[in-house]
Amino acid sequence: MAEFQVPIGPQHPALKEPISLRMTLDGEVIKDADLKLGYNHRGIEKLAEERNYIQNLYLTERICGICSNSHAMCYCQGVEKLMELEPARRGLFIRTLVAELERIHSHLLWLGIAGHEAGFDTFFMYTWRDREVVMDLLEIISGNRVHYSINTFGGARRDIDDLQKQKILDGMEVLRNRTNYYLNIGVTEPTFIARLSGVGKLTKEQAVSLCAVGPTLRASGVPRDVRKDDPYAVYAELPFEVCTADSCDVLGRAVVRIKELIESYKMCEYLVKNLPVGEIKVKAPRRVKENEVISRYEAPRGENMHYIKSNGTDKPERLKVRAPTLANYAATIEMLKHGFVADIPLIFAAIDPCICCAERSVTLIDSKTGEEKRMFFSQLRKWSIEYYTKKPKLTGVTWPF
Amino acid sequence: MFERLIRWSRLKSPWILHLNSGACNACDIEIVAALTPRFDLERFGVLLKATPRHADIIIATGPATRQMKDRLIRIYEQVPEPKFVVAVGSCALSGDVYRGAYNILGGIDQVIPVDAYIPGCPVRPDTVINGVYTLLKSLEKK
Repeated sequence: MAEFQVPIGPQHPALKEPISLRMTLDGEVIKDADLKLGYNHRGIEKLAEERNYIQNLYLTERICGICSNSHAMCYCQGVEKLMELEPARRGLFIRTLVAELERIHSHLLWLGIAGHEAGFDTFFMYTWRDREVVMDLLEIISGNRVHYSINTFGGARRDIDDLQKQKILDGMEVLRNRTNYYLNIGVTEPTFIARLSGVGKLTKEQAVSLCAVGPTLRASGVPRDVRKDDPYAVYAELPFEVCTADSCDVLGRAVVRIKELIESYKMCEYLVKNLPVGEIKVKAPRRVKENEVISRYEAPRGENMHYIKSNGTDKPERLKVRAPTLANYAATIEMLKHGFVADIPLIFAAIDPCICCAERSVTLIDSKTGEEKRMFFSQLRKWSIEYYTKKPKLTGVTWPF
Repeated sequence: MFERLIRWSRLKSPWILHLNSGACNACDIEIVAALTPRFDLERFGVLLKATPRHADIIIATGPATRQMKDRLIRIYEQVPEPKFVVAVGSCALSGDVYRGAYNILGGIDQVIPVDAYIPGCPVRPDTVINGVYTLLKSLEKK
């Protein structure tokens, strides 16, 4: 059987962002995968050098729309370290609250996408409906549904009053009930589990050596989380567990995310109930003396890193962003190898790729003839659902709860 | 008579293609949110389509990046006539915060003709619905 290459992208509606994947196939089995990047490259790092620190806060927020708070908060923490500024405690609580609410919205979004890629569209509609609850809460706190702009040097930009607190607590209660319902789907819907189980294997050793991050790493049984290992903001005093799974596949990644949702609800309630009184921000200097810093932050997708170098003026000399999706690419290629073409959408979606963050399409190449075939991601998704409908159902898989 | 039927059906069930040319994902998730139960754009007969060959309306988000320029033109050419482009979000309108970066050409209208603009950073799902509805209303008069 001849091997051939299949290109996917750069425009594929399934993931909403442009990336090009090039798959080398031997029949049904993926032999090798290659990524082509750069369709979403905007030159943010260069742009950051031309703007002052406050302006960059808004620029870094727009690196990504799903994890916007992650980038802004990571950058903000870095600059605060450079300024040797101790942020206001109430401000830190509000920031952390928004960070956790963002994690909830991002994980719910991912669960929906995973359901969609597996051909379970009802699940997609359910999670996205429930996601609106958390979107409303974020809007109540910050005034915007997506770019919250809650971070500023020295604390937070908006305060929370009692009515808002009550709304957040009510919202968490609704979401907790819904998440428990999703957990039950695992027990009552064997087809969904059978589709996710054993897809995109990544062993513990591979995950560590390929430097995977976030839920991808934790689903391979490695309890690594910046919030625990190197606590920032107020995570040192928050009650939460690092969630892991041992199945090393897409099912494990789904489980880790659902568990993290429950942890996040717990954290949000703690943050609201224990919100300290006081100012929400302290005054920050305009200029930053010469120094350099690395700031770490556990984004919904994994560890986010910002390197900032200052030169004594009001503009940074260098800003380097290492987004979690970029760190997961090497692991993704390993996951795709020896898998089936029909699994590409699911495996790729399982790292929760955020192309605008890491700045990402699929090309499948026949490894013997070198013949190329370009495929839209959505066509691939449809084809994969059909492929698995014909296959006999996997039995004996259990939901690990 | 036949023409009127075609026009009626086009207005009642416009199929959209979602095209990201370098956006930050915010507008993109808001467009998807507009299609999900809370907002439900599908009640206007709008259906998200996967390939440009099936689409009537291109919903374009994000500033036009240098790398995406040729692809944007190619996708625009693949859409059958009559076709409409809706630019969604501040970046698609002008480039927004990315304006001036070396890899950004500016708004979508620098590369392909645009029929409707929906402002916002990011747009809200209700604004998307309003924008698409306004475009459809304006077509009714023609």
